[in-house]
Amino acid sequence: MSDQVAQAAQSAGSDPIVRVTGISKRYEGGVQALEGVDLDFPEGRLTSLLGPSGCGKTTLLKIIAGLLEPNAGEVQVAGRRVTGPGPERAFVFQDFALLPWATVTRNVAFGLELQGISKAERREKARHYIREVGLTGFEDRYPHELSGGMRQRVGLARAMAVDADVLLMDEPFSAVDEQTRRKFQEDLLHLLSVEKKTVIFVTHSIEEAVYLSSQVVLLSRRPGRVSKIIPTDLGGLESPDAIRRSKRYLDTVEDIWGMLKQYLLEDEIK
Amino acid sequence: MSIALVCGAWEIAGRVPISLAFPSFFDTAAAFWRMTLDGSLPIAFLITLHPLVIGIGISIVFGVGLGVTMGLSRGFEWLAAPVFIVMQAAPMAALIPLITFVYGIGLTAKVLAVCLLAVPVVVLNSYAAVRNANPSLVQMCRSFQGTRLQQIMKVIIPDASPVIFAGLRLGVAAGFIGIVLAELLITPTGIGDLITYHRAVANYAEMYASIVSIVVFSAVIVSLLEKVEVVLLRPEKRIKGTPE
Ligand SMILES: Nc1ncnc2c1ncn2[C@@H]1O[C@H](COP(=O)(O)OP(=O)(O)OP(=O)(O)O)[C@@H](O)[C@H]1O
Ligand SMILES: [Mg+2]
Repeated sequence: MSDQVAQAAQSAGSDPIVRVTGISKRYEGGVQALEGVDLDFPEGRLTSLLGPSGCGKTTLLKIIAGLLEPNAGEVQVAGRRVTGPGPERAFVFQDFALLPWATVTRNVAFGLELQGISKAERREKARHYIREVGLTGFEDRYPHELSGGMRQRVGLARAMAVDADVLLMDEPFSAVDEQTRRKFQEDLLHLLSVEKKTVIFVTHSIEEAVYLSSQVVLLSRRPGRVSKIIPTDLGGLESPDAIRRSKRYLDTVEDIWGMLKQYLLEDEIK
Repeated sequence: MSIALVCGAWEIAGRVPISLAFPSFFDTAAAFWRMTLDGSLPIAFLITLHPLVIGIGISIVFGVGLGVTMGLSRGFEWLAAPVFIVMQAAPMAALIPLITFVYGIGLTAKVLAVCLLAVPVVVLNSYAAVRNANPSLVQMCRSFQGTRLQQIMKVIIPDASPVIFAGLRLGVAAGFIGIVLAELLITPTGIGDLITYHRAVANYAEMYASIVSIVVFSAVIVSLLEKVEVVLLRPEKRIKGTPE
């Protein structure tokens, strides 16, 4: 297993900025969510976490974020052991986690507000990222006035606004429409190439995972373990359509689908 | 609208007459007007309000403070929660004669009567509200390196505020009960005195005017509290329900 990890890191071609070793997590109710997870996340790349619902993807992401304590193992970010949340990591929540009493602007700028940044600067930055996610004109609305997809974009903008090196994204595009999703995918790839961000990305879409990632990590059913690491660099091809039509892309999607189907079959047998 | 209905029903019931001791709405309104003009009602209100305002002030500051602290700290919760749960379940009004016994019939006794009735519900609501603050928002605040103080001030308290304010409304209502009971049971002063006096001399319209005015006053104060909440902490509620 460990040489597989090393291999994947090598194929991605850069040093790991986030290193997860021997992580196990058992919730208080007795649910064993994760067991012995070892993973390396190369700097400046996007790694997708894929796996059946309830396998511990959110749990793993929150442990990396320092929001949950693992029962065993440790997380290192840039060589330093994680003991809590840090400014180099930003989280996009699966349930959006917006403040219902705050406007879009204040929600987007909430990370900056907590850092004690001046109001004028906060407004400026918030305006920029609100435009980036296509919510211009909704600055003074409250979350309950927005659609699910729009709320999700507020959560995205909030994470972008703090300018962290590592983005931890928990199904960040699950509620947006297909057009917006494609736009965001391109934006994310652009961000990766220009700003050298590292992204850890949870998704249920195999196509999205293969399209965006340098590597796809397949987790097993609960308790979540790493069942396979699939290098998926589709480098070289320029246009999105060319990538989506390439044999390598289609084969990889097919392979992963084959592996995930195994879980479904096992479920049926049980 | 519902107010007009109640007044109409009251007028009819008063005319029928159900009982001699039940004046019609217009008689009561006239009595209210007379008492306002001769100054007896405003003076009674001032006398009643004095211990009431002090008592409610203490209950709000102390009750919310203690309740929030209990919600935030397991130790405090363990120490204080059982006391207030018992206090809320017990018929505290029964303790009012006891207060007279210990503190006499002065201002202290009345303030204490207000606090005794108002504090438990304020404490327990604040405590439950904080304890049930949305964990996902708290986690969000932590993930952006919010300090504990920021977490409390910017997330937990605003999130808890609807339930805290519901507790305050109940607390204020309970405080009104406390003060009227104290005035009826301890020493007849203020509104309590008016009620007792007019009953004694069979001025039923005046008696009802006193009762209704204190009830309406209490309702107005309670709804004012709701406005305060919306303005201070939950601006999004201002537009909720009013389609643009
Ligand atoms: N706070 C909690 N207390 C107890 N058990 C929990 C808690 N949070 C999650 N779990 C359990 O841990 C397991 C993993 O949960 P997790 O949210 O990490 O799954 P997931 O892979 O993100 O699922 P999904 O794809 O549906 O989002 C689940 O079986 C869930 O029931
Ligand atoms: Mg999840």
